[in-house]
Amino acid sequence: MNKPMKTLTNGLLRENPTFGLVLGMCPTLATTTSAINGMSMGLATLFVLVCSNVVISLLRNLIPDKVHIPAYIVVIASFVTMVQLLMQAYVPAIYETLGLFIPLIVVNCIVLGRAEAFAAKNNVGLSALDGLGMGLGFTLSLTVLGAIRELLGSGMCFGMPVFPEQYGMLIFVLAPGAFIALAYLMAGVNKLRKRMDA
Amino acid sequence: MVYFLIIISAIFVNNIVFSQFLGICPFLGVSKKIDTAAGMGAAVTFVLTLATVVTYLLQKYVLVQFHVEFLQTILFILVIAALVQIIEIVLKKISPSLYQALGVFLPLITTNCCILGVAILVADGTWAGKVPGAEANLLQGTVYAFATALGFALALILFAGIREQLSMNKVPKAMEGTPIALLTAGLLAMAFMGFSGVV
Repeated sequence: MNKPMKTLTNGLLRENPTFGLVLGMCPTLATTTSAINGMSMGLATLFVLVCSNVVISLLRNLIPDKVHIPAYIVVIASFVTMVQLLMQAYVPAIYETLGLFIPLIVVNCIVLGRAEAFAAKNNVGLSALDGLGMGLGFTLSLTVLGAIRELLGSGMCFGMPVFPEQYGMLIFVLAPGAFIALAYLMAGVNKLRKRMDA
Repeated sequence: MVYFLIIISAIFVNNIVFSQFLGICPFLGVSKKIDTAAGMGAAVTFVLTLATVVTYLLQKYVLVQFHVEFLQTILFILVIAALVQIIEIVLKKISPSLYQALGVFLPLITTNCCILGVAILVADGTWAGKVPGAEANLLQGTVYAFATALGFALALILFAGIREQLSMNKVPKAMEGTPIALLTAGLLAMAFMGFSGVV
């Protein structure tokens, strides 16, 4: 595989932020009450990841080494503010449900982690692809987790009823279900990975 | 009385880790030993309380005064990062023993989402909706922040105690590491759900 392709798929599969690197656990657990919520959170993070990776990669030779962390944080915080304002304007309902976790993208370890580990060392094109791959990987895992919790918790899939109305295991929509669903999903991914390596 | 309600609500009913999902990274990362968990808990308590006071005042007297509330995220994260640096320098000078105990954890705290999360909750006053009779002023907000941090410390120490025992048990291969930790946290969260409705 050539390098751009490898960079893109790296975040999707091998170094998936949730299942491989175990980063950004707070939004993963908190916003996956339904598939739509999980996907919106993933897409918001994807936007910030791509933009901050591009800008940091452009500025990587200009930022002095001593202040690189504060400089990165300012860049990331600016994009998070942009996402916040955009979502408030165009998708106010989703903005309300995600609430606090939109500004908290600033302290999501994935964003700063990729800036530090990838964008600070690579050119703009590759950094954008890395951000895209990581963001898509994050979105994918959040959507899957959200879909599982929604299906088990309220018997729906993307808001469409699947099971009869009487069905419902509310625990999966509530806090403990988030931990338990993610634990089993992660164990399943581990198992699959081992089988693929063998 | 209202202070009592705020404290019970923040520590048990709306525990920051088990019901609000803030600060999960340090919760999973530094919970392998009770000693380190206690150190992290103390450091978070210290920084969270101070950061909340500073950001509340900034929100009230700078952001709202000049109608630039949209700068909240950028300002708060920078202030918290600077504050952590200042605390580190001051502690090193004033109390080397305390610095020895908390020093390693301080740099980690900047990117701990429970600091920024609670700072935003208190500055916006949204926390008060969960406690009957509470007002979103500075004193009550600070008490809320302090109690929330205690709740974080409690969760961290409880979890570390369980993990110390768990490390000696045989766990299915695929569940080793993070999955079993998450499952344990799920059971703990279920226990904490028993508090819902108390306040």
